[in-house]
Amino acid sequence: MAILEVNNLSISFGGLMAVNDFGLNIEEGQLYGLIGPNGAGKTTVFNLLTGVYKPDQGRVILDGKELTGKNTIEINQEGIARTFQNIRLFSQLSVLDNVKVGLHNDYTYSTIEGILRLPRYKKTEKLMTERAMELLEVFGLADEAEYLASNLPYGKQRKLEMARALATNPKLLLLDEPAAGMNPNETAELMENIKFVRDKFKMTILLIEHDMKLVAGICEKLTVLNFGKVLAEGETSAVLHDPKVITAYLGE
Amino acid sequence: MGFISYLIDGISLGSVYALIALGYTMVYGIAKMLNFAHGDVIMIGGYTVYTIVSTMGLSPWLGMAASVVVCTVLGVAVEKIAYKPLRMASPLAVLITAIGVSYFLQNMGLLIFTASPKAFTSVVSISNIKLADGALNISGVTLVTIITCIIIMIALMFFIKKTKAGRAMVAVSEDKGAALLMGIDVNSTISLTFAIGSGLAAVAGFLLCSAYPTLTPYTGAMPGIKAFVAAVFGGIGSIPGAFIGGILLGIIEILSKAYISSQLSDAIVFLVLILVLLIKPTGILGKEIHEKV
Repeated sequence: MAILEVNNLSISFGGLMAVNDFGLNIEEGQLYGLIGPNGAGKTTVFNLLTGVYKPDQGRVILDGKELTGKNTIEINQEGIARTFQNIRLFSQLSVLDNVKVGLHNDYTYSTIEGILRLPRYKKTEKLMTERAMELLEVFGLADEAEYLASNLPYGKQRKLEMARALATNPKLLLLDEPAAGMNPNETAELMENIKFVRDKFKMTILLIEHDMKLVAGICEKLTVLNFGKVLAEGETSAVLHDPKVITAYLGE
Repeated sequence: MGFISYLIDGISLGSVYALIALGYTMVYGIAKMLNFAHGDVIMIGGYTVYTIVSTMGLSPWLGMAASVVVCTVLGVAVEKIAYKPLRMASPLAVLITAIGVSYFLQNMGLLIFTASPKAFTSVVSISNIKLADGALNISGVTLVTIITCIIIMIALMFFIKKTKAGRAMVAVSEDKGAALLMGIDVNSTISLTFAIGSGLAAVAGFLLCSAYPTLTPYTGAMPGIKAFVAAVFGGIGSIPGAFIGGILLGIIEILSKAYISSQLSDAIVFLVLILVLLIKPTGILGKEIHEKV
């Protein structure tokens, strides 16, 4: 059964159809790539899926639940988490606290309990720290837990964004250009990380990427977007050899 | 001994400024707006204590508790009614609205309590402390003010660094969009910030009125503006900055009253603002923002 089902999704800004009749079916546990030339509408699709933009029409169904019309917080709680093309960590918080922000809704104690340091506050904070440290260990960030997020090197900031997104306990993880700005070694390591996250957390992952080596290396299926429309979709190797796709990227 | 006594008075007045400046700086940090109605919340807090203690004759403790509750509710209500609809509006529209709310509160005070000054009964009943064979005389209010401010400051730092709600506040102040996508409720976090800021303003209100016991509808305006200067002085958006800025401003004000001229002391305080804006616009602890081009 498809974990994510998207039908007829469209949005226009002024006269521009940024995303036009977009459809997508992702199976549970799949590593799915969304590619396309610059300005094709890939990040707009992410913004539609996470409720940052409201679609003009179309439906989004996650794990059998209708997400259309829900706001960003509700969609996050239903189970979609994301990272950003330009890293958007909370730079004044520690690495550990960034992950703990992701855990915000799964652990509860009232503000009053926090101010008075009642037992439930201490217990909950301890559980949160343990859970956050587990996630950091997965990404090899446990030693840097107390660093300010802004002091991490670039590659590790990208990993921390993934850890923070996973902390919200999603069913679907959206990665927006995870390899942007990385050198080939970092990209290779990132590919391992992404596969590892999929296997370890049984996660379904949808990623936007320009690095064709990464896409060809880890994505099982692809959708190609061009001028807001789906140009091609299917098995990765078939899509990458599709003449239409090659034309879209390289021109006639 | 005169100097030390002035210094202590300055720290005490500065503590009040610091408590008010915390409200300014936290709201600025999270909502990116200057809440110029913040000072008038102090006045409402003062009148609440006055009504309960002097008019109704109930205990000062009840008066203080009621004052904190009234100001907290007022702060949250002002945010919901006046500022929240303007979340997407230009900063100038929000600023003008805040000034409007400030005048609204002052005139509401005028309407209910009239312009005639009320004598405020101090909520602090600790007697003066004499040190160095009576040469140094510290009033109970002064001492209580300083201690209260330090306790609140420590509690607030702890709250922001160590609790979920505090982390959410930092996250929202840095990047509302990313916080939303992590499932943080931005609206309730902003409400919480206004609640804390206004609660602290209430505390500042009854401490200030205990030290300077006349209460008029304009009581909050001047300390409010000075606390704003303190927040800018320390670096607006920074919580330790508000504390340091408040204390320094209090000391500057009292020392200039003592050694230069009591008429000029306010002018000197605002001179500080002008100098800070000229020399280090980001304040003592403020961070410079480098924009990448």
